[in-house]
Amino acid sequence: MMEGFLKILKKIAKNPTSLAGLLLVLFFVIVAIFAPIIAHPEYPDTPYQMPQSGWSSIPQPPSWQNPFGTSEGQYDIYYGIIWGTRTAFKIGIVVIGLALIIGLFVGTMAAYFGGWIDEVLMRITDIFLAFPFLVGVIVIITMLGPGLTHVMWALVLFYWMGYARLIRGSVLEVKENDYVMAGRALGTPGYKIITRHILPNAIFPIIIQVSMDMATIPLTAAALSFLGLGSPVGYADWGQLVSFSRNWIISSSGGNPFAYWYTITFPSLAIILYAMGWNLLGDALRDIFDPRMLV
Amino acid sequence: MASFIIRRILLLPVTLLGLTFLIFFFTSFLSPYQLLSAYVQDPRQLQGGNVEKLIDKYGLRENFMIRYGKWLGQISHGNLGWSLSLNEPVSVVIEQRFPATLELTIYAIIPVIFVGIWLGVVASVHHNGVIDQILRVFALLGYSIPAFVLGLLILFIFYGVLGWLPPGRLDQWAQMIFFSKNFHHYTGLATIDALLNGNIPIFLDALKHLISPILTLSYLSWAGLLRITRSSMLESLGQDYIRTARAKGLSEKMIVNKHARRNALIPATTVAGLMFIGMLGGVIITETIFNYPGIGSFAAQAATQFDYAGILGVALVYGLVTIIGNLIVDISYAMIDPRVRLG
Repeated sequence: MMEGFLKILKKIAKNPTSLAGLLLVLFFVIVAIFAPIIAHPEYPDTPYQMPQSGWSSIPQPPSWQNPFGTSEGQYDIYYGIIWGTRTAFKIGIVVIGLALIIGLFVGTMAAYFGGWIDEVLMRITDIFLAFPFLVGVIVIITMLGPGLTHVMWALVLFYWMGYARLIRGSVLEVKENDYVMAGRALGTPGYKIITRHILPNAIFPIIIQVSMDMATIPLTAAALSFLGLGSPVGYADWGQLVSFSRNWIISSSGGNPFAYWYTITFPSLAIILYAMGWNLLGDALRDIFDPRMLV
Repeated sequence: MASFIIRRILLLPVTLLGLTFLIFFFTSFLSPYQLLSAYVQDPRQLQGGNVEKLIDKYGLRENFMIRYGKWLGQISHGNLGWSLSLNEPVSVVIEQRFPATLELTIYAIIPVIFVGIWLGVVASVHHNGVIDQILRVFALLGYSIPAFVLGLLILFIFYGVLGWLPPGRLDQWAQMIFFSKNFHHYTGLATIDALLNGNIPIFLDALKHLISPILTLSYLSWAGLLRITRSSMLESLGQDYIRTARAKGLSEKMIVNKHARRNALIPATTVAGLMFIGMLGGVIITETIFNYPGIGSFAAQAATQFDYAGILGVALVYGLVTIIGNLIVDISYAMIDPRVRLG
């Protein structure tokens, strides 16, 4: 296992773009882990609440005290970005983890048992797929009310289908292999065949997908916060920081539009670099795991 | 072929029923009072202690299956309730706003398909060359910039700094004419209607408002189509029949255009169809940023203002469009690729 992991790392290090992706992801992981040291919370009980230095609505440019400036409502942008990294990882890990569990269960059941079980499970999957992702999520949030926990539930509810289909496909492929037949002929119980033989061999496409989704899911949550459906006001969240900037960078009052550049630049950079890191890493993993590339 | 299409169409009512069931299931979270807005056609109905009577009439305290049945009866008669956020019947809101969204997505998908496929072919022909690398970066940016960031940047540059492309759908003066009695609405699409009415200034005004949201919507999709076309082109360029064509001494142009591209277009067609459906979802963010009065900005507004009837209506429209869209994609896929209908 460890050996395989090192082999993958070596392959990533060989390709400069893959390496850049890995380093970007590692950078954000470090920022998320050491957030309390990099941006010390004033109130340790509520670290996700961005500190405010005043109540004026006008953003203030970067200074010694606020290295990235302050947003509308005097929230410290630097603090928001550092702790927003934690928010992004939290959402990504929880949502993808839960969606993966549902997808694994549905996909494996459908493929392994086949027949009417497969038919019923796949038709249910189809119905969930009958909504554009964002629409389904917004419907659920409307019913539950806004808030980060509700956003995560809604994302899980409309994201497991992709995993279910992917897993069903690869399990169907693996199921036909001789070693599975052999296991069956020897009388190995069904759950053991699934967990010992089928899943470990069907898991590679999932790893690639998860890496891509670590970019997609937190960005979708950020978009919902941008719409005002996600985190509460003042919560360290990249989408919220971007939405704070909206009124200032398109001021129709005729003022200098570049005066508030920092309100959009820093949060956008964080979002784009984070997504780029995971997408590059996903690309790299696909190149490595794709069996056609191994030959 | 015919049997394939018939089978798919026969499945349609089943999927539709499942869809309405799922949508209505979500309303289980709501109290009868909250749900009532999805039935009322006019707020005046609620005057004089009628609330309890209406709740009984629509069976909102009954069990789920009875509620579901009565609701199906209502929506099949086109009664989608009263939108609290816009103070209009939901069916009227959808009728007014759906054409606006359709206009936006149709104009956005056309350049995406042509440019995306073209760039994908170019990238595959120059595999691992300079152009391929540049396009890779371009695609990566498209994947990594979320719509709300890109939209705001475009708004910032073209409206905040340059003042060229204002948000909204039409300027004030154009709206006055557009909604006046003398202006005929043939399609509901502002650009087409303006042309049909022979009103060039309104056509130009509508176009001016469409450019920014189209840019936002399409940039994010170009990248996807580019990648799909590139990889399927690379796959078909590696096939034996391409080697045969080369051995025959055919020109490279002929090989790419006639032999490789035709086969590579099969997956691209499917993706383009799915992309159009995805775009209909993507308009929620884009329309909100640009204050564009379509179904997407209505969805966002309804969600933030607890407009339950509005959001149910939006969900129904989206579900219907998606199911029909998927059907068209499947059928056209079967037409293009004989392996699907015969396999």
